[in-house]
Amino acid sequence: MTLTKKNETRPATASWGLAAGEHPWEYAPAPEATDHVRIEPEYGLFIGNEFTRSKPRRTFTVINPATEEPLAKVAHASKADVDRAVGAASEAHRSVWSKLPGRERAKYLYRIARILQERSREFAVVESMNSGKPIKESRDVDVPLAAAHFFYYAGWADKLEYAYPNRDPRSLGVAAQVIPWNFPLLMLAWKIAPALAAGNTVVLKPASTTPLTAYLFADVVRQADLPPGVVNIITGPGEIGMELVTHPDVRKVAFTGSTAVGKMIARALAGTDKKVTLELGGKAANIVFDDAPLDQAIEGIVNGIYFNQGEVCCAGSRLFVQESVYEPLIDKLKARLSTLRVGDPLDKNTDVGAINSAGQLAKVTELVESGIEEGAEIFQPDCQLPDRGFFFVPTLFTGVSQSHRIAQEEIFGPVLSVLTFRTPEEAIEKANNTPYGLSAGVWTEKGSRIFKMVNAMRAGVVWANTFNRFDPTSPFGGYKESGYGREGGIHGLGAYLDLSGNGR
Amino acid sequence: MSPRTTKTATRARDRRRSASVLEQRAAQPLARTGSTDGRGERIGVRKTYKLYIGGAFPRTESGRAYEVFGAKGELLANASRGTRKDVREAVRAARKAQPGWASKTAYNRSQILYRIAELMEGRRDQFVAEVMAAEGVGRARAGRLVDASIDRWVWYAGWADKYPQLIGTVNPVAGSYFNFSVPEPTGVVGVIAPEASSLLGLVSRLAPVIVSGNAAVVIASESRPLPAVTLTEVLATSDVPGGVVNLVTGLRRELIGHLAGHMDVNALDAFGADPGEAAALEEAAVENVKRFVRPPRGGLEKYRWTDEAAQSPYLIGEFVEIKTVWHPIGA
Repeated sequence: MTLTKKNETRPATASWGLAAGEHPWEYAPAPEATDHVRIEPEYGLFIGNEFTRSKPRRTFTVINPATEEPLAKVAHASKADVDRAVGAASEAHRSVWSKLPGRERAKYLYRIARILQERSREFAVVESMNSGKPIKESRDVDVPLAAAHFFYYAGWADKLEYAYPNRDPRSLGVAAQVIPWNFPLLMLAWKIAPALAAGNTVVLKPASTTPLTAYLFADVVRQADLPPGVVNIITGPGEIGMELVTHPDVRKVAFTGSTAVGKMIARALAGTDKKVTLELGGKAANIVFDDAPLDQAIEGIVNGIYFNQGEVCCAGSRLFVQESVYEPLIDKLKARLSTLRVGDPLDKNTDVGAINSAGQLAKVTELVESGIEEGAEIFQPDCQLPDRGFFFVPTLFTGVSQSHRIAQEEIFGPVLSVLTFRTPEEAIEKANNTPYGLSAGVWTEKGSRIFKMVNAMRAGVVWANTFNRFDPTSPFGGYKESGYGREGGIHGLGAYLDLSGNGR
Repeated sequence: MSPRTTKTATRARDRRRSASVLEQRAAQPLARTGSTDGRGERIGVRKTYKLYIGGAFPRTESGRAYEVFGAKGELLANASRGTRKDVREAVRAARKAQPGWASKTAYNRSQILYRIAELMEGRRDQFVAEVMAAEGVGRARAGRLVDASIDRWVWYAGWADKYPQLIGTVNPVAGSYFNFSVPEPTGVVGVIAPEASSLLGLVSRLAPVIVSGNAAVVIASESRPLPAVTLTEVLATSDVPGGVVNLVTGLRRELIGHLAGHMDVNALDAFGADPGEAAALEEAAVENVKRFVRPPRGGLEKYRWTDEAAQSPYLIGEFVEIKTVWHPIGA
């Protein structure tokens, strides 16, 4: 089936009356100002509330993925630096943080939430510059949610015994936290907020391509006047993350990232008594039934896979369409794809920004090539990509079969694989046919069918008639090889508490 | 297995070997509990202790057995020396049975667990005799252990339709969405039964696994497997669907690694494992990101199974997944 031809002969009409590839108007550039943002030429490791050079002094350069221009140099931590950071956290836990009443810890966390709100624009701009995500997402999603997360967990700090009655909840000690580059500030908040609320101190390692909002957060820590050593931030490659999580004085490990690295960490921690939570990869099914409100579903599908360039562990990367609505849905989807604006992340009209790194772009490209080679049919809208930077055209594949790599492997890019089904049972079977189990989506107007599907999905988050919604009160995490433990809500709190009843 | 796993496993094995029941071989008649052997008029009918897989009692595919001795060194029985293939069959049976078990109403699962207690009560004397023989405890002590085992089923039976209200939540998200989180069974759970506490230890770990709708594959105590086998006879007649609980007896070193590494097992309860063998098990369990419950630090030697602390709704929570559901609110 030649899809491009079809578009020419039978132009698809989207709900707003445009055919595929048709642009009624051009947008004027609307770049977000960057003059109020100060990025230091060099960042040291943040240990004990001080920025310190790594020992031996080594740095690496962080770039803007949209321009490939350097943004700053950051310290490359050594094993000795990991030791220093864990030492500072350990000392802070012993002497200050574990002794502070919960109501006082709460006030520090409320302060952090407030400062993040006050400085929200600065954080949004730096986040977009460093990660490549569109400013409207960092401004409207990442930063407000990060602040909300601190505000939510602040309130738990002095209520732990109500969350776990009769279990004598206690802090664990030093939490080692390793986070990815797709939501740098938000993942920091997901990790640090519950850890501090539970009375732990932390050493956080951001991804090596996206440390800038973490170091900006270090400044928030200082403004909030947090006791030294409660929050420590170190940067370096994956090996440093491994040094951190295996450090003998670390009592809790929280990792968000790929399933492969998650398994390496879990193996390294086997036989220890460290508490571990893993939030790993996904290959979510987004299932559209023939009675779904199609225009609403189109927006959900687009949000599901092109939000944050598809660099989302819970992205709706496998679209399952009931055969009876396949053609109208695909036509509408292609028309909608053609209206997505790809380009400068700092432009307020941009829908899809830059891929985070050259390495990730190469991975996306390779998997897309495999899709073509394995016989799936590719569709990409006409779209002008910037000359520099790591950009990828929003892509969809039709004619995908279950065995194709693009239906099995996590792409972590703006690439949607479309498959079809006839019955709910077939959709369930296909949707669950993956080692992952992080999220799923269901689109139907029929209530009883929603619950049938919700029950059948082997996934930790199921969005019904919506997709990619997040909230601090809402537990998030996976089934199967998508990891274990939950972040968010009361469930996210337990992961940071010693509930053995023995104290320590 | 990685070289590191093999090394750790070997160390654990060496430690265990000295205590292996294989070392205690001696030419003795089988002195089985409850038999009338030696009373003259009538030759007793002995029981063959078999595996329990998919609701049936097959012999091990290996055709091999090992001798089980009582606490005083008397030969009690030949138990099936299960194999890797038996473990695989048990996992298949568990996988097949699990969705049906999970889809039963909580009220129904609750009644079935209560039924287990009812039938155990009826066979109390048999369990007491077997626990006495296996653990070398007196009749009074064995009675307390059996009573505690029966009561534990009753206690967990009551949780079937209550624990979701304890662990589940409705989440007040900042937006026009209805959002809730519910626990669901993890799937197929491997259980390494405690080595010493032949009945109460096993029941204490098994009940919280199956009450939520998981199916279990149990590796029995190696040196004291007989009460566990008798328990499966109770399970088989308690309306617990075949395959929901499967039991493999044998030499643990030949079995537990395969269970830990099995790709279709979702979680492993290694609480009953030797701390020395736990690291290798945990490493093997990583391959498909199993949920893993570690043995207590320092082992189970001082663990008191009769304590209140040995039962907890949070233990049910170790073998469930939290699923969060969003739906918009609108006209």
